[in-house]
Amino acid sequence: MPREFTPKVITANALLEGDVVYLTENDNWSRRLSEAAILIDEADADLRLLMAQGRASEVVGAYLADVTALGSTPTPTHFREEFRRTGPSNYLHGKQAETL
Amino acid sequence: MYTYSEFDAAFVAERNRQFRAQVARRVDGSLTEDEFKPLRLMNGLYLQLHAYMLRVAIPYGTLGGHQMRQLAMIAERWDKGYGHFTTRQNIQYNWPKLAEVPDILDALGDVQMHAIQTSGNTIRNVTADHFAGAAADEVADPRPIAELIRQWSTDHPEFQFLPRKFKVAVTGSPMDRAVTLAHDIGLRIVRRGDEIGYQVLVGGGLGRTPMIGKVLNDFLPEEDLLPYLEAVVSVWNSIGRRDNKFKSRIKITVHEHGIEDISARVNARYALIRPQFTGIDQQVLGAIRADFAPPVFRIATTDAYDAARSADPVFRAWTDTNLAKHRAPGYAIVSISLKAHGETPGDASAEQMRVMADLAERYGHDELRISHEQNVILPHVHKSDLPAVHAALRKVRLATANIGLISDIIACPGMDYCALATARSIPIAQEISTRFDALKLEHEIGEMKIKISGCINACGHHHVGHIGILGLDRAGVESYQITIGGDGGPDAQLGDRTGPGFAAEDIVPAIETIMLAYLTLRRSPSETFLAAYRRVGMDPFKEALYGKAEAAKAAKRKAEAHVAA
Repeated sequence: MPREFTPKVITANALLEGDVVYLTENDNWSRRLSEAAILIDEADADLRLLMAQGRASEVVGAYLADVTALGSTPTPTHFREEFRRTGPSNYLHGKQAETL
Repeated sequence: MYTYSEFDAAFVAERNRQFRAQVARRVDGSLTEDEFKPLRLMNGLYLQLHAYMLRVAIPYGTLGGHQMRQLAMIAERWDKGYGHFTTRQNIQYNWPKLAEVPDILDALGDVQMHAIQTSGNTIRNVTADHFAGAAADEVADPRPIAELIRQWSTDHPEFQFLPRKFKVAVTGSPMDRAVTLAHDIGLRIVRRGDEIGYQVLVGGGLGRTPMIGKVLNDFLPEEDLLPYLEAVVSVWNSIGRRDNKFKSRIKITVHEHGIEDISARVNARYALIRPQFTGIDQQVLGAIRADFAPPVFRIATTDAYDAARSADPVFRAWTDTNLAKHRAPGYAIVSISLKAHGETPGDASAEQMRVMADLAERYGHDELRISHEQNVILPHVHKSDLPAVHAALRKVRLATANIGLISDIIACPGMDYCALATARSIPIAQEISTRFDALKLEHEIGEMKIKISGCINACGHHHVGHIGILGLDRAGVESYQITIGGDGGPDAQLGDRTGPGFAAEDIVPAIETIMLAYLTLRRSPSETFLAAYRRVGMDPFKEALYGKAEAAKAAKRKAEAHVAA
């Protein structure tokens, strides 16, 4: 039996800044996971990923990352995505500093 | 120190000009990421977890005050005010922006530095003993030959598309502070009677399949070294595996073919190419050697040093741990610890870099070294200047007296920065050093090298740590595996796994357990952890970590395996 599709977001690194970005509902790139579109349909996710990967002048290495969706707020399921969302743990810089 | 020839300067400037154009073409969409990636990697530019990372070579770990000052300027102007010194004597900037990297490379070029061949399947930055040219135990300064190898390997047309990366380390001392047994090629300068030659080690390396290097040639005359190296790399370039990235390093080639077969192939290739080396390399080496002439050492009294040691216990403690024996009378080698308790191993702020640059210029014959243990060295300081050096270091939190102790930890960037990492390294290092500082046990424990890697690629050299820690992802949770008994010295050895791994919250208590077990079982304070481990073996540590039942099970398994064999 095929595995059940779990909620995902599309994420990548911005070409110029190199920082982590997420694809929003209206196909813009946001620096915040909270603004990412949560994809719950596999076919839709695959299609939007292909389109995101085609935007090579904006981002590098787009992929689908697992999240849990509590209401409309996506939360990473893996610690790697948690670190990408916040920034390094040894200094207060990266995304955690930008959102202060 | 070596200064660029016109050729060197023009070469670096031309490469920077090319890269500027490549970045512009990537930004305007003319190049895809697939096309651009190999080009940026050739210039040391990675894309990591949160940002780009630029890895800058510090050839054989040697730099002058003006170069360190430029590294500080770059950290402030284009990064977040600091840099990270690595186990390969490089400096990494964690936050550059793509469009600004060409300007950074030009700023490096202004002080005769570059980021070429710090990445990709090429011969990487050549590393060397960080006490080179200063150590009392040295046979000869390894830097001239390291510089010759840098020049030979840079843009070498035969070696731009190797099966995988290739790392060379050189030591001029029997103490081997360059971990030569864990490199693709390790070179040891040795003396035989009145003659000086090179012992060539091949096929060492850590990573996924750790191996200790094997002796390929026991004593090679200097004039034969470059053609011999070329023969080794050439043989590997033609028979090294390109079908499987994990089997492509020369250690696997040596393992699969056997050292005799490799030796025969190298000798055949050497016979073919040796006549092409007509002696120009030796002329170049002669000129390089003149650049590395030792400074004019001062003759002066050390009374001020002795007086300060008697008067100031903090200064005395620092001199006890952070000085090494210099070959000139009245001089010392100073290791500046980048491991203040609770800080990130290997990181230095721009302000700290400037202080180190000032001290090198004022008291250290304008020389600095970066060690593979992620510290900075002032190789030539007269002892009478040490009180002033120590006072200046203290002001910027660089006077931690912990070289060679449990808080002098090597740690790779781990998952705080690195895209390859499977777990974090830095917080583990920070917690261990904070914990043992609080326990006031570091001096009691004595010599202890903890090395932490955040993935199996082993940038943190965990296999050769007295205690090695490897961070892994176990079913979506950070987990840490411990090895003990590793050694990166002249008789390098790989550590042994203690058993099952530990969760992030349990790893620091586990290290404490090992240390308390060692303190209980050692014969005397002069028996180091490594010596005690070699005497008693794994069982007492296993029992301390996992309890008697687990240790008994392991012993039984071992006995059964023995019977079965």
